[in-house]
Amino acid sequence: MGELRLMKGNEVLAEAAIRCGCDGYFGYPITPQSEVMETLMERQPWNETGMVVLQAESEVAAINMVYGAAGSGKKVMTSSSSPGISLMSEGISYIAGAELPCLVVNVQRGGPGLGTIQPSQADYSQAVKGGGHGDYKMIVLAPSSVQEMNDFVDLAFELAFKYRNPSMILADGAIGQMMEKVELSDYKERWSDEEVIEKSGSWATTGKPSSRERNVVTSLELDSLKMEENNNRFQEKYRRMEAEEQRYEAIQCDDAEYIFVAFGTSARVCQKAVEIAREKGVKVGLLRPITLFPFPKTIIGELAKDVKGFLSVEMSAGQMVEDVKQAVFDAGIIRPVAFFGRMGGIIPTPGEVVEALEQKLLKEKR
Amino acid sequence: METKDIIKPENLVYGKSELLIDTIMHYCPGCTHGVVHKLIAEAIGEMGIQEKTIGIAPVGCSVFAYNYIDIDWQEAAHGRAPAVATGVVRLNPDKFVFTYQGDGDLASIGAAEIIHACNRGENMLVIFINNGIYGMTGGQMAPTTIENMVTSTTPCGRDSELNGYPLKMTDLVAQLPGTSYVTRQSAQTAAAVRKCKRALKKGIQNVLDKKGTSFVEVISTCNSGWKMTPVQANKWMEENMFPYYPLGDLKDSEKGEPVSKN
Ligand SMILES: Cc1ncc(C[n+]2csc(CCOP(=O)(O)OP(=O)(O)O)c2C)c(N)n1
Repeated sequence: MGELRLMKGNEVLAEAAIRCGCDGYFGYPITPQSEVMETLMERQPWNETGMVVLQAESEVAAINMVYGAAGSGKKVMTSSSSPGISLMSEGISYIAGAELPCLVVNVQRGGPGLGTIQPSQADYSQAVKGGGHGDYKMIVLAPSSVQEMNDFVDLAFELAFKYRNPSMILADGAIGQMMEKVELSDYKERWSDEEVIEKSGSWATTGKPSSRERNVVTSLELDSLKMEENNNRFQEKYRRMEAEEQRYEAIQCDDAEYIFVAFGTSARVCQKAVEIAREKGVKVGLLRPITLFPFPKTIIGELAKDVKGFLSVEMSAGQMVEDVKQAVFDAGIIRPVAFFGRMGGIIPTPGEVVEALEQKLLKEKR
Repeated sequence: METKDIIKPENLVYGKSELLIDTIMHYCPGCTHGVVHKLIAEAIGEMGIQEKTIGIAPVGCSVFAYNYIDIDWQEAAHGRAPAVATGVVRLNPDKFVFTYQGDGDLASIGAAEIIHACNRGENMLVIFINNGIYGMTGGQMAPTTIENMVTSTTPCGRDSELNGYPLKMTDLVAQLPGTSYVTRQSAQTAAAVRKCKRALKKGIQNVLDKKGTSFVEVISTCNSGWKMTPVQANKWMEENMFPYYPLGDLKDSEKGEPVSKN
């Protein structure tokens, strides 16, 4: 059993980064995730593991510092909240285009614009469809507890290096701010320079010895046929992720007639809503996507065979619902897929969710 | 002397740097980029630091610098080279990291990144090619474009009422405690080229000695963008750019306080 603590989600992100052997963090303050960098600065990991922590002049600079450090084969991350992630989008696109591993955390707040500092899930589409310019994808993990804030840091890095691709942890202000019991991971050593060369020496800027060709980290290719080849290679990689990395949690889905689909904070609300609905005699289950990209469409397709309908519950105007619909459609099955959500930083109540189920799915059935 | 004697290795007076890759450069004839590339390759080669050097190429005409100098490179987004270099050098403090940036890249879209990297005294060399114009996108105004200069977005000449004043980034960064060596050079004559190379080597040595940011501006020509012959462009640069951007060291921490030029 690892060390047990009572901690905030944001603090846990920092702690998990240090413990998983992260080499560097670059960030810029923004509510509701400033505790990530504050915790790191207080912990001073440079004295302990040698991890570098730097407050950048902007999110634009922070993501480009991540890009540079990732280009040298190091394990690096940044964190921000919605407006800051918008600023980082150009950099994330470059990172995806140069096929570099890194971790970007988005502790979402409500938008558009400066919006609100209250929790939201309205950056779903930005996270899973690309966000920046060009055809690219990130691996997107959606924690719904403080424990998963811990567990997903290491997982995100593992997947990032496995696919040489940026990973994102898409949390929200509620998960970032709330305190829960968490079992912290054990410490892992940071990679030595020799290990970095062993793992990434074929592409990273580790300094050119006479024994190899120079390494160039770039996303640029002006020859259209070659650029299309690159694009095809990226797409093939994203399809491999879809085949191998779909992760989800299915709660009481075995006998369910209706399925809530929800991630992060919404999934916690839906867990209670499942209980209430079942007390009322409606057999409901919860399918909680853990990877938002790749979206767990296989399980949704399978569930579609046996259930009467889906309700996508989100803290947005309805973004993931499109992917649920697509998954049902791709399975060749016709089932109603409804949506319920709140916006502006409001977290839906379990009662509201059950009511939405009754109105949008149960009523229509009659 | 016969030819076979002249070409003996011991009689060699000048050779192409081994770090300069044998390929056709895409630069226009007369462009300063190629000359400065050659100097960088020579300096890195002569100082024996190829294995520890990482170059950051910008967006601009020199985006393909990585095709010409045989070291590890990373290509940055427009203006972000100093942030990219910061990421590399903070995690690899024993490497020699340099950025190579145009004036649109450094003084316009990347003004924040260069100021803050210099202000933090990031241990790196910045090579700043000031040709007073956006070369790559076809000759638009840069922040450094001098007053009354005609560009494709200032067809009647740069008007300070409308466009503000030509920005002296080098003077700005010389004020920052994080910089150790700040100099303005050119590369249009053999003498200027030799001086420029000395400045680059000094900047590199400062970084190897961990003295913070060194900053070498090279006043340059873009004869295609300026719509001049290379010879005309050199003359125009000397007559019009040098008075506004006077050459020489603006700061040398070994010699004490910044030198005020105006
Ligand atoms: C974000 C972004 N904006 C605009 C451009 C288009 N662009 C490419 S190069 C360039 C100007 C480069 O000028 P400068 O830095 O002076 O370098 P030069 O080409 O003169 O060497 C611009 C605006 C871009 N690539 N990215």
